[in-house]
Amino acid sequence: MKLSRRALIAAASALPLAGARAQGAKPILKIGCLTDLSGPYKDLAGPGAIAAVHQALSEFGVADKGFSVEVLSADHQNKPDVGATVARQWYDRDGVDMIIEVANSGVALAVAGVAKEKNKVYLNTGAATSDLTGAQCNANTIHWVYDTYMLAQSTGGAMVKSGGDSWYFITADYAFGHALQRDTTSFVTGAGGKVVGSIAYPFPGTADFSSYLIGAQASGAKVLGLASAGTDTINQIKQAKEFGIKMKLAGLLLFLTDVHAIGLETAQGIVLTDSFYWDMNDRARAFSNRITPALKGARPTMIQAGVYSASLHYLKTAMAMGPAQAKADGAATIARMKALPTNDDCFGAGSIRADGRKLHPAYLWEVKKPSESKGPWDYYKLIATTPADQAFRPLDKGACPMVKA
Amino acid sequence: MIMIFGISGPLLFGQLLLGLINGAFYAMLSLGLAVIFGMLNIINFAHGALFMMGAFASWMLLNYFGIGYFPALILAPLLVGAFGILLEKTIISRLYKLDHLYGLLLTFGLSLVIEGLFRNGYGSSGLPYRIPNILQGGTDLGFMFMPNYRGWVVLAAAVVCLGTWAIIEKTSLGATLRAATENAPLVQAFGVNVPRLITLTYGGGVALAAFAGVLAAPIYSVNPNMGTNFINTVFAVVVIGGMGSILGSIITGFGLGVVEGLTKVFYPQASATVVFVVMVIVLLTRPHGLFGKAA
Repeated sequence: MKLSRRALIAAASALPLAGARAQGAKPILKIGCLTDLSGPYKDLAGPGAIAAVHQALSEFGVADKGFSVEVLSADHQNKPDVGATVARQWYDRDGVDMIIEVANSGVALAVAGVAKEKNKVYLNTGAATSDLTGAQCNANTIHWVYDTYMLAQSTGGAMVKSGGDSWYFITADYAFGHALQRDTTSFVTGAGGKVVGSIAYPFPGTADFSSYLIGAQASGAKVLGLASAGTDTINQIKQAKEFGIKMKLAGLLLFLTDVHAIGLETAQGIVLTDSFYWDMNDRARAFSNRITPALKGARPTMIQAGVYSASLHYLKTAMAMGPAQAKADGAATIARMKALPTNDDCFGAGSIRADGRKLHPAYLWEVKKPSESKGPWDYYKLIATTPADQAFRPLDKGACPMVKA
Repeated sequence: MIMIFGISGPLLFGQLLLGLINGAFYAMLSLGLAVIFGMLNIINFAHGALFMMGAFASWMLLNYFGIGYFPALILAPLLVGAFGILLEKTIISRLYKLDHLYGLLLTFGLSLVIEGLFRNGYGSSGLPYRIPNILQGGTDLGFMFMPNYRGWVVLAAAVVCLGTWAIIEKTSLGATLRAATENAPLVQAFGVNVPRLITLTYGGGVALAAFAGVLAAPIYSVNPNMGTNFINTVFAVVVIGGMGSILGSIITGFGLGVVEGLTKVFYPQASATVVFVVMVIVLLTRPHGLFGKAA
């Protein structure tokens, strides 16, 4: 083996330094916020999610807890391969201990797999698929904010109870849309309602929904279920108003920022499910007021609130078990997180189930009329609450392999 | 009730009308592309981004300056058209001597940059823009509820398309334009400033896209990606109509809107694909498009 003189000198001079670092330095936990920074979910997660991680850090007060935390962020571009590559690099090369967020079900499933393989921590807030705590659950992943089951049950079940007993679906023609329609259908029929028809539109690439809306109106159904997300849902709502559609609109996945984008005049009366709304109680308001300056004046969405809540719980757990142990074993950290009760300003007191499902109530909201709104971002009024123990799929129905044990 | 192929007559007529409305957008956008391709030999992939800029310009005029929809219908195309002229002067004009492919790559890159900048500044979920009061509401046509605004869109699009066609085909300015397309050095020898003509043509094509953007703002989500939804279909329209054919792109635009509308009745899942199926058939049987001349 041949060593150059330069390399020897460099190595020799680094040795004492490394020793000094090991003795005096605090352990460093690394959090990677992997989110959509350039695509359709940028506003409902994106930079606001990174801001939420920093909010959790500053409130937790890492500085005087004996360890320090570094935050990395990256754009998954809504591509599972990109997301999985970033996750690998972070876990392997950059020493990241925990990945948070990932608003896209395809990317989230990929990242959950990487977290398991590397025995690290993955806290999902943005992705919807209930498979993360079902067939594809693992001991390194927690699903924090909401899932397709919660949305379908709250919006589907509650609307039938309030008289909306006949449904028509406009569905995005891909896995997510069909899953949402299927789940909602089972709650609608389970509650005594019926589905009179549905239409699947090509995704992506559809901007005009007028033909489908007129078809829906002609079906005579009372409720129009929008099994889609983002721009498609916004276009459907705008055009339903334009064509004077008289049906009650049920947004099966709609965020605060979407309602903001549509405007109250058009969005009024729409019913939707969120597990967090910034104005829902004193604690939520207090949190929102703290973080709003970092969101350029916007109010946090449930996903951003979830990032804050999950980060805070992770930090508490890491302190309780010792940061060195938290770094060493992802599955042990997740197990400890499940053992500790959760409590924060956004979701109140809660818990995490064996399959990785974080439990809290689901709320059914109706978008206010412009005359009821007191100002910007005052958009929702509460219609119904599903308690935490009923809001999510029962533990034994998810087919999660960890539950059988 | 009349039944046609198992579909009720009123529903079918409704869908035909809706198809015509969408066709109006295709026609306006493909017209701008055809004009630009005919004159500049540039395949303008930035057209979707410029359409989006038209919609954003109308939102900005309203929210920053309090200027309403109808003035924006004039002002936004002027502003975006001026931006187009700037692009042509500074960047695009450098590529005229090169292969088509370079122009395509450049304008595609430009559209990514423009969309990225808007996404950075205004987010991705879109901005609200309401239908002007005078065009609110709708009329019951018996077979369907026709929003007044959609009627206005078809009317405005038809007028603008025919106006553009008339300018190019029936005026002396149009004659000079067409002559410059055929043989630029000769026209220049007659004392016509051909580079300026080309710049103004690009500006005009861009202004058409922006006009369509303003018309689209109240019915579609005003967001940075709104152009990408349209641009692929619109390119297919141009190819089917015949590259550079003005009348061809107008007729094909409206026609394909109707074909798409009918597909939505019979097999909605295919409605995004049907335009491309037509394109394949046309290219196989008439490689120069329905209205194109053999080179």
